[in-house]
Amino acid sequence: MTALLQVTGLTKQFPLKGGRVARAVDGVDLTLDAGEALGLVGESGCGKSTVARLVLRLIPPSGGSIRFAGQEISALGDTALRPLRRGMQIIFQNPHAALNPRRTVFQSVAEPLVVQRVASGAALRSRVGALLTEVGLPETFLWRYPHELSGGQKQRVCIARALALAPKLVVLDEPTSALDVSVQAQILEFLRELRMRQQLAYLFISHNLAVVRQVCDRVGVMYLSRIVEEGPVEAIFAAPRHPYTRALLAAILPPRPGVLPAETLAGDVPNAAAIPAGCRFAPRCPRRMPICTIDDPGLKRVAGGSPHSVACWGSFSD
Amino acid sequence: MTPLLDIRDWRLAFDGFEGRAQVLDGINLTVMPGETIGIVGETGCGKSVLARSVARLVDMPPGRILGGSIHFDGQDVMAMNGAALARLRGHGIAMIFQDPMTYLNPVFSIGAQMVDVIRAHDRASGQRPRNSAAARKKAADLLGSMRLPEPAGMLDRYPHELSGGMRQRVLIAMALIGTPRLLIADEPTTALDVTIQAQVLRLIAELVAMHALTLMLISHDLGVIGALCRRVVVMYAGTIVEDGEATTVFANPRHPYTRGLLAAVPDLEKPQHRAQPIPGQIPNLLSPPSGCRFHPRCALAVEQCTRDKPVMRDVAGRSVACHLAEHA
Ligand SMILES: Nc1ncnc2c1ncn2[C@@H]1O[C@H](COP(=O)(O)OP(=O)(O)O)[C@@H](O)[C@H]1O
Ligand SMILES: Nc1ncnc2c1ncn2[C@@H]1O[C@H](COP(=O)(O)OP(=O)(O)O)[C@@H](O)[C@H]1O
Ligand code: SF4
Ligand code: SF4
Ligand SMILES: [Mg+2]
Ligand SMILES: [Mg+2]
Repeated sequence: MTALLQVTGLTKQFPLKGGRVARAVDGVDLTLDAGEALGLVGESGCGKSTVARLVLRLIPPSGGSIRFAGQEISALGDTALRPLRRGMQIIFQNPHAALNPRRTVFQSVAEPLVVQRVASGAALRSRVGALLTEVGLPETFLWRYPHELSGGQKQRVCIARALALAPKLVVLDEPTSALDVSVQAQILEFLRELRMRQQLAYLFISHNLAVVRQVCDRVGVMYLSRIVEEGPVEAIFAAPRHPYTRALLAAILPPRPGVLPAETLAGDVPNAAAIPAGCRFAPRCPRRMPICTIDDPGLKRVAGGSPHSVACWGSFSD
Repeated sequence: MTPLLDIRDWRLAFDGFEGRAQVLDGINLTVMPGETIGIVGETGCGKSVLARSVARLVDMPPGRILGGSIHFDGQDVMAMNGAALARLRGHGIAMIFQDPMTYLNPVFSIGAQMVDVIRAHDRASGQRPRNSAAARKKAADLLGSMRLPEPAGMLDRYPHELSGGMRQRVLIAMALIGTPRLLIADEPTTALDVTIQAQVLRLIAELVAMHALTLMLISHDLGVIGALCRRVVVMYAGTIVEDGEATTVFANPRHPYTRGLLAAVPDLEKPQHRAQPIPGQIPNLLSPPSGCRFHPRCALAVEQCTRDKPVMRDVAGRSVACHLAEHA
């Protein structure tokens, strides 16, 4: 079976003032099968949203290949992309900003159907009603405005709109980061069930590994524009290899008192315009060795049969 | 010992076009010096309005006090005159918020803003303001104690040049200028990545210990509260529904809402454990539910819950407001 999405050697450079260049995505490989959910996790600024925008071809890549449903789309122009766009949708972090405050729920959800001339009149009305039911909102919400909805309800409306054209791939860019934990749990449960009902593939972006675990089959951990560990979710949780993955896991606060992590990862995500030589995590790594600042470890399969890869000199075998 | 903060039957409403929203409905809260208390509840529960009430920062109107009192270190906050209020805000209470950008001026450097605050504090405490070189030195020292790299260089940078975590550290540094006794941190890490959240929480824990601060930490996430606070106060729709030692409440929550908030936090140590949602959402405070305000979302609700408002009472070593607290 060919993958729904196959990304190889993807790069994106943004020119900065003074002739410098931000290497926002710096050699990323991804595979996503139909109906599969892949999490992409890392701190702010590591390149997650740029990967999302490239995969959806909202921006052109600087290099590499993106195949969607078997078709190479990395160099397509707008006209050629238009029919493909129905198959891929995105949900953003902030549902408050994603909805037009002057439009009713009906107008927002109906918009893609109207623009693509999929339905009109009574058929449109019933299709939008069915989409609301799908995301767990009553049909009485059709005539509400965004200010009459809670954050979680707005995010459901955004999801209904994204589902309108029956996409194959939904990119979720931090879909719960702006929500309360109680509402986050609602949305995560809903996303998990939705995928089981509808054979949707997710590219699920988050800075929190715990959130990804609830929804995804596989996870890629991104650090400074590249994936540094990748594998099945449960394998990564059971035996994280990369020191960065371990640091991300250690930062998650469990529902128990008195468990503030003693050692926190120092410093912010470094600059994509000044990626260090060797291992890009070396400046923050508690396990740094001499080789680390000289040679880039590259992403390699770990010993043993599992499809688990890591980019760390200290972690290829143990 | 005098409580540092003593809130009695505090009732506050907002009047608007659509009517009166009773946002705080009889809050009772006593905080002793040195306590670390966490206030937890979903967005809209009234946590920020409560915090702002303590520093008398709620705008009136649209706010309106319906009753109750707030004492800080034995003094009636509502009766304070201008000078006393300035002392309260300058030296008694310091606040930090979710979005530091709102409280930093984008057109002035970090150093210029800190120097202003330092000199204003000198004046407020009746001293001659120190000269700007001395104030800059003090600012750099403070930034250094926030574990900010190159504190002296940081003084010449502008807010937009800093990351979210750095800005929050700058705000914490500014909050400590007046050597406050109570630090109110209102969702200080909600907008940050988990890694930066852990750094900022650790910093707050160290500062609280070093300066013997009393801490009131506000969050919608019990994981955050558990990391720093020894006492937890759960708010629902303008009321306190559970209040006790964190170890007691986390191990054996007695209010169904507290149980819901706990189950909503993902727990990596439980295999296959998924965060559980709380069904429904917080009520519109223009017309809050009768009886127990939580009853429309409560799986245990019985007929009495729709009729009688539960009062706080002692059950199993903490206070809780639920008719069924003994059985739950
Ligand atoms: N349009 C742009 N111009 C310049 N730099 C950009 C642009 N978009 C993103 N970047 C940079 O690329 C890096 C990755 O950003 P982003 O993909 O938004 O990260 P994330 O989503 O993981 O927070 C950051 O250093 C960011 O500053
Ligand atoms: N200035 C204001 N005017 C009118 N209503 C307000 C104002 N500030 C807060 N509220 C209302 O008070 C309630 C509690 O808000 P808040 O204390 O901010 O909640 P929390 O901090 O728990 O999220 C909400 O319903 C909010 O809409
Ligand atoms: S390669 Fe070296 S510096 Fe990089 S993560 Fe592994 S041990 Fe740390
Ligand atoms: S009083 Fe009744 S409705 Fe309220 S929390 Fe207790 S059982 Fe539930
Ligand atoms: Mg992003
Ligand atoms: Mg608030």
